[in-house]
Amino acid sequence: MAGIVIDRIEKTFGTAKALDAVSLTVADGEFVALLGPSGCGKTTLLRIIAGLESRSGGRVLIGDRDVSDLRPADRGLAMVFQNYAVFPHMTVFENVAFGLRTKNAPEEKVRRNVMRAAELLHIEPYLERYPAKLSGGQRQRVAVARALAVEPAVLLMDEPLSNLDALLRLEMRADLKRVLQEAGTTTVYVTHDQTEAMGLADRIAVMHSGRIVQCDTPMTVYAAPATTFVGGFVGSPPMNFVPIRNEDGRARLDGFEATAPGTGELLLGFRGEDVRIDAPERGLSFAVAVAEPMGSHVLLTGTIADKLVRVVAPTGIRVAAGERIGIVPDPERVVWMSPETGAALPRIIS
Amino acid sequence: MNQRILPYLLVAPAVVFLGAFFIVPLVQTIVLSFDGGGTGNALGNYSRMVNDLNFGVSLRNTFMLVLVVVPLQLAMALAMGMMLQKIERGREMVLWIWTIPLGVSDLAAGLVWLALLQNTGYINSALFHLGLLDGPTPWLNSETPVTLFAAIVLAEVWRATAVVLIVIVAGLQTIPKEFGEAAEIFGAKPWRKFTRITLPLLKPSIQSALILRTVLAFEVFAAVYALGGRNFPVLVGEAYTWQNENQNYGVAAAYAVLIMVISLAATLVWLKALRTNPETQA
Ligand SMILES: Nc1ncnc2c1ncn2[C@@H]1O[C@H](COP(=O)(O)OP(=O)(O)OP(=O)(O)O)[C@@H](O)[C@H]1O
Ligand SMILES: [Mg+2]
Repeated sequence: MAGIVIDRIEKTFGTAKALDAVSLTVADGEFVALLGPSGCGKTTLLRIIAGLESRSGGRVLIGDRDVSDLRPADRGLAMVFQNYAVFPHMTVFENVAFGLRTKNAPEEKVRRNVMRAAELLHIEPYLERYPAKLSGGQRQRVAVARALAVEPAVLLMDEPLSNLDALLRLEMRADLKRVLQEAGTTTVYVTHDQTEAMGLADRIAVMHSGRIVQCDTPMTVYAAPATTFVGGFVGSPPMNFVPIRNEDGRARLDGFEATAPGTGELLLGFRGEDVRIDAPERGLSFAVAVAEPMGSHVLLTGTIADKLVRVVAPTGIRVAAGERIGIVPDPERVVWMSPETGAALPRIIS
Repeated sequence: MNQRILPYLLVAPAVVFLGAFFIVPLVQTIVLSFDGGGTGNALGNYSRMVNDLNFGVSLRNTFMLVLVVVPLQLAMALAMGMMLQKIERGREMVLWIWTIPLGVSDLAAGLVWLALLQNTGYINSALFHLGLLDGPTPWLNSETPVTLFAAIVLAEVWRATAVVLIVIVAGLQTIPKEFGEAAEIFGAKPWRKFTRITLPLLKPSIQSALILRTVLAFEVFAAVYALGGRNFPVLVGEAYTWQNENQNYGVAAAYAVLIMVISLAATLVWLKALRTNPETQA
């Protein structure tokens, strides 16, 4: 059993609050992605779990054991560093073998684990080379192999695939997921790439300025964001938010009308692909500014009530810049947000 | 200005300066050492040097000092440098205090330790008043070679460890902290981390520090002279004596050339022994 419990972790650098009472529970064998924009505290949180950074408050539990004051080595985890930290004075083989050697593993096991990790990350051709001769992406894979070779119960990864080209990243992502699933490794995976988080994670913890604003399955985070920030950060194109007025339980704008929670000013949130296109008077009046054919669909960018909106239309559609069309969001899939707090309002189940 | 000539013009003053005030006297010294000293034999000065009573003693003393002082200083500088890495607040202050002796000339340093250690010195009186000594005890004369040697080592360590320390600290600062952190994550205990990660990455700095320190250690003189006078002959001291007291510039030049050859040899030894493969650097 090696689940992780992060309990109200605080971190201040001088006077700046980097982490604000962050709590997160990762079940044994679960894969959680920490997703958030640059500077939101992902690396800091990961380093506190690892024991490399001091914390200003809170506790870290691994496998039901309070490890808050243990040295990194005694926490029973492996880590991939954001800047790799591959040892320059050791060959790739010795780098990958490092964790096994410190545990005095028998030579045969060292060899077996190193070869397996190297094969998985396609670094066998470089095993006898020194890291100085490798590209950034190759070094990054050495760092991942070094962490996998020790067969950790808990694995922390800080943007481990960020330097790979798109194709290799896709392949590595699939391989990584398979291997970690087979081994039942509890994984915390830092990324600011939301497709990576969506594809890999059992759950996504979305971070924003030192807090976890939502932690849920990828589909829930995508379809029912807890805040306008999550809706805007997760998904491509980001979720659209349009101000709308709710009177007597019905929100109305242009030719669109739907049952809505709360009263007064609201934000209507909808995904670009969850819409039907209709005549301008039978939906939200959308002024098209750009139409970009993407192959499988056409991406339309424009405005509704002066707000920037992006919607996905079928390939056959014929619209030109400057035209107006009607947008009808699927009422089953819309979300309602408070314009003051940016937080989601409870759905009305009808 | 022609881009190809400019760099040469810029280094020219330094080259001229070194040529006039270093290379020329060096060549003159070498020539002087081979002038035969009136014996008609080109090696006359050298045979006079080697057959002098003090030659063997001074050679042995100098090597003994180097062999004790330099490793001691390296070990201490490494220990101090590693401790400094752990200090977060006031690191500059500690480093500053540790390097104060650098600002003291070697003769002054010798005199400081003489004031502390001679038989009427502070340490003698303090121990006497504490009842640990029966009276003023001499430590620095020819009858007490062990304490004299220890006093010289002490003075040299006090005076010149900071040179090594500064090179080591500069080297430690170029090692990204993530290397040590990764080693810790993967289970390396502090000693293993030090020997497997820190030391190998520090090798170029250790090499520079050792070359610098060894060359200077072979030139040890003023501190020795202050503490022991001629009770503890060293090579540079002999050169000084031949030059000033015996007024024999030829033998003094022979000593100078010998010291230079030893220093060059020591440098070569460190260059070879601590060679780093450029591929293995970050
Ligand atoms: N050692 C430090 N001293 C002071 N401030 C720090 C330190 N480390 C991080 N910070 C600050 O803490 C905040 C969070 O940093 P962190 O490195 O955790 O961000 P991140 O989410 O990993 O970003 P990125 O995606 O760019 O790696 C940032 O505002 C950063 O400036
Ligand atoms: Mg980061």
